[in-house]
Amino acid sequence: MLKRLLFNSKNLNVTVKRLCNQLIENHNYFEKSVIIGLQPRGIFFAQRIINEIEKQISKKIKKGYLDTTFYRDDYRNNKKELDAKETTIPFSLDEKNVIIVDDVLFTGRTVRSAMEGIINFGRPNRIELLVLIDRKFNREIPIQATYIGKSVNTVESQKILVNLKEQGHENDKIWLIKN
Amino acid sequence: MNKLNNKHLLGIKNLNYDEIDLIFNTADKFKEVLTRPIKKVPSLRHITVANIFFENSTRTKLSFELAEKRLSAEILNFSSLGSSIKKGESLLDTIKNILVMKVDIMVIRHSSPGVPQFIANNVNASVINAGDGTHEHPTQALLDAYSIKEKLGNIKNKKITIIGDIIHSRVAISNILILKKLGAKVMVCGPKTLIPKYISSLDVIVENNIKKALKWADVANVLRVQLERQKEKYFPSLREYSLYFGINNKLLKSLQKDLIIMHPGPINRGIEISSDVADSSSSIILNQVENGVAIRMAILYLLSHNIK
Repeated sequence: MLKRLLFNSKNLNVTVKRLCNQLIENHNYFEKSVIIGLQPRGIFFAQRIINEIEKQISKKIKKGYLDTTFYRDDYRNNKKELDAKETTIPFSLDEKNVIIVDDVLFTGRTVRSAMEGIINFGRPNRIELLVLIDRKFNREIPIQATYIGKSVNTVESQKILVNLKEQGHENDKIWLIKN
Repeated sequence: MNKLNNKHLLGIKNLNYDEIDLIFNTADKFKEVLTRPIKKVPSLRHITVANIFFENSTRTKLSFELAEKRLSAEILNFSSLGSSIKKGESLLDTIKNILVMKVDIMVIRHSSPGVPQFIANNVNASVINAGDGTHEHPTQALLDAYSIKEKLGNIKNKKITIIGDIIHSRVAISNILILKKLGAKVMVCGPKTLIPKYISSLDVIVENNIKKALKWADVANVLRVQLERQKEKYFPSLREYSLYFGINNKLLKSLQKDLIIMHPGPINRGIEISSDVADSSSSIILNQVENGVAIRMAILYLLSHNIK
């Protein structure tokens, strides 16, 4: 099994700061902007982004978690896990600028189902997508991210392994695994 | 554990602890869905569900129908009243005719025990038992146990007494089975004539004194006196039943303790339970109905996983 390290703690920090600066540039003080992390793994990365933005603009921003299980189009193929995780969006998304945050953008199907989920909480003014890793050649539907940590060229059989400290790992390490 | 072992839900007796836990966890998520501005998810978009009711129902039927709609399923409703059953069409012929209309899940209520099992043996669709005679009513038991868990935090070692017409009650049987599986202590209480002779083989305590039963319990699940199933007299009069086994505020006050009151509905106000108790703050009767939708959504969702 071949592994290539895409991020360690140090360069992940740099990338997170850059992404947050881009967000602040576009969303000013987040008056009408909210961050929605996608379950199960996107919420850890979303929290990292939220912490950094709150540090920089010195105020709390609105956040939520969304589980896309009930909106997926592939839940009956026996591959995906059935048990849904928690969804917490305790406010209306009417006229908000919603930033969806996930760790890896792969086929685009999770993001499609996330957008379907989000419009059940109101009609946002705008929906944006922030991802840490964009597997740019594996898209099955025409979806692209607004903010990208790193783009990588992968084939379908390869995997991205995201180990963040928040998930209980000793250090941040993000690997590309080639079989 | 992330799926059910069977393609049907015929009774609590076929579920294990992990499956019950999965249903409860999934229902938690659907309860959240039901608080959203748009209370609908597309999970069952390609699934057709037939609600086949050979026996009267308000709550179960509406609750199933709403659960199906909230999951975006296609729905077919059948009730035997006004159907060709009256012209002499057999049960299996009726079901097979419904099935060729490409139905994936059948929700069945019938006054004869074993009908859902019989249909499950003979057709390809997933079958959900919505109550079969005096046998089982698994979705009611699941929502009852879920409501107790929601109120008390957990069910293990909690004391639950089921009161009233045990012998005619599928709710009682399914409740006993699920509560025992979840580790509760269960007591049945009622007139001797309404308690089956061999009920203690299910490892439940039998009590004939209502006050003693309520003193012992954390939760009282009060059942309806099912006059429609009583072809002979089991007690002298409803007035006498109400005097000896009816639950009223005076009786509850005399216990000097908190007690949760449940009832699967429909309520016969003034017979097994008085209005002041049914509408009091210790009653979770309407919470049960509310939880029923989430529980049925969870079951439909989990069973539909097997459908291609």
